[in-house]
Amino acid sequence: MIRTLPRSRGYNWLYGAYITAFYFYLFAPLVVVMMMAFNDSQFPSLPWQGFTLDWFIGQESQRVGFFHSSSLIGSLVTSVQIGFLVSTLSVLTGTMCAFLFEQEQFRFKPLLYSLMLVPLVIPGVILGISILSFSNTLGLFFENTLGVDIGLLGPGFWLVVLGQFSFIATLSTLIVSASLKKFDRTLEDAALNLGATRFEVITLITLPYLRPALVSSGVISFLMSFENFNTTLFLVGSEPTFPIMLYQEVRDGISPVINASSVVLIMGTALFALVVLMLSRPKGE
Amino acid sequence: MNAIHPNAVSSHDSGGAYRTIGLFIFLTPALLWLVLLIVLPHLDLLIMSFRTEDAAGVRDWSLNNYLKFFQEPIYWVTFARTALYSVTSTLLTLAVAFPVAFYLAKVVRPRFKGSLFVLMMLSFWVSELVRTYGWMMLLRESGIINHLLISLGVIEQRVEMLYNDTAIMVGLIYGFILFMVVPIYSVLDSLDDSYIEAAYDLGANHWAVLRRIVIPYAMPGIASGCIIVFMLNLGNYLIPTLLGGKNSLWFTEQIYNQFIRRLNWEQGSAFGFLLLVLSSLIVWAGLKLTGQELKKVIQQ
Repeated sequence: MIRTLPRSRGYNWLYGAYITAFYFYLFAPLVVVMMMAFNDSQFPSLPWQGFTLDWFIGQESQRVGFFHSSSLIGSLVTSVQIGFLVSTLSVLTGTMCAFLFEQEQFRFKPLLYSLMLVPLVIPGVILGISILSFSNTLGLFFENTLGVDIGLLGPGFWLVVLGQFSFIATLSTLIVSASLKKFDRTLEDAALNLGATRFEVITLITLPYLRPALVSSGVISFLMSFENFNTTLFLVGSEPTFPIMLYQEVRDGISPVINASSVVLIMGTALFALVVLMLSRPKGE
Repeated sequence: MNAIHPNAVSSHDSGGAYRTIGLFIFLTPALLWLVLLIVLPHLDLLIMSFRTEDAAGVRDWSLNNYLKFFQEPIYWVTFARTALYSVTSTLLTLAVAFPVAFYLAKVVRPRFKGSLFVLMMLSFWVSELVRTYGWMMLLRESGIINHLLISLGVIEQRVEMLYNDTAIMVGLIYGFILFMVVPIYSVLDSLDDSYIEAAYDLGANHWAVLRRIVIPYAMPGIASGCIIVFMLNLGNYLIPTLLGGKNSLWFTEQIYNQFIRRLNWEQGSAFGFLLLVLSSLIVWAGLKLTGQELKKVIQQ
């Protein structure tokens, strides 16, 4: 049953077959999506009509490739911008919250800690509608009482940033907290004893120690933001993010350009994953 | 004790104005975030769900939005269906994931473990949309599986495999299985092999070992996995709409329709709140039944 015990050949074979089937299940859809991006056919399906790169770089009217589709590229740029903003905001807030929960003592701390975890158990769709309706309420309030129309409160770029930030910040907090928990606080005491201010202690001692955690929480936040669909769906205005844009395309009818976009996305993700793996590997290996 | 620098008076336990400022600086972003983006919006949602606008455009308090939910069968049937299907797909995910987690923790040779893990993660880092789109490619009437079955002579006519409940199930299991494998794996990884060896020495068969040692030990991981997967299934919009088509009857779709298509935010808020209550109830029940804390479940 386990690796230290002798196992029957039938058991081994069956188990191996199951795991192989599982990995096949994981990758079959991805491989198919990528393959069909290179098929020289108007529809992303078999039979194979020959290899083409038209769906990436084509410029003819029937075959405008991914890199020449301004709407797709535009949404990709939007997603990257949102991703950077959300990950910056989340890491900043997450770090502050990690200090708050790991190093400060105050009343209602357990309550606030539970509240901090809540965004992860709220379905994304609900986060989306509640932030949408609240910002609308606020907008109406400002308009009625102060007579100013705050455009930022309507669905659009900034609302998407806030909506994604609302739950990604929890992840950042958890990642940074986990690292801060392992930090030896006598180092801080030593610095304080030697005359450093608390601010100096944090910037010179604690933050450098936290660097790997900050980097990985930034990277994960970016990825979560980039891929988010459920919350974003309710908050987008006229500038769709990449997943929303692709969704609209898929809903209207599938085309090989969507496959080409997916290839770009998969390649981007793989590259990203590689970077993360390099970063997370302990030094000296 | 050595001489202590004046600054050090404000050590970790003692108070003082200096600490208060620090606390204030760290507390502000947390409060801004949680109050403005979590607490107030959900209160707003709750309030909105009890408001209605009559034909003359006059707004008032009422229970109409909730009454409508119970009066129109399409709404509560969809709600019940979504809940039931989420439970089913969670259990199916568990059934598929458990052997994988066990294999990674206990069977595979350690030097292959890392690469198997990386492969699994890699497939999950790809956007949910692309992964669902992949299933559309496979299952469509003109899709890959149909093509292969016809060319192998298994079937003569193309069959539409998309836009039905099975497609939704396959997509949901595929969508979140990682969140089941990882917590179960991490629990099983800490299970000492000698327990299993001892059980065999004492004459237990495979089934007894699995039922009396492995599964009880893995229970915390199973519970975390199930709670997370259930929540993600229940609140999903993308997979049911793309793979289930117009007849997917997923509750999130009703919310979307009310909010975006009909602009009936009051009704949509009531639906959203019902979904939130259901989701929280089941998560809470799951935690109670297995005696776990939310904190630990999330941290896994």
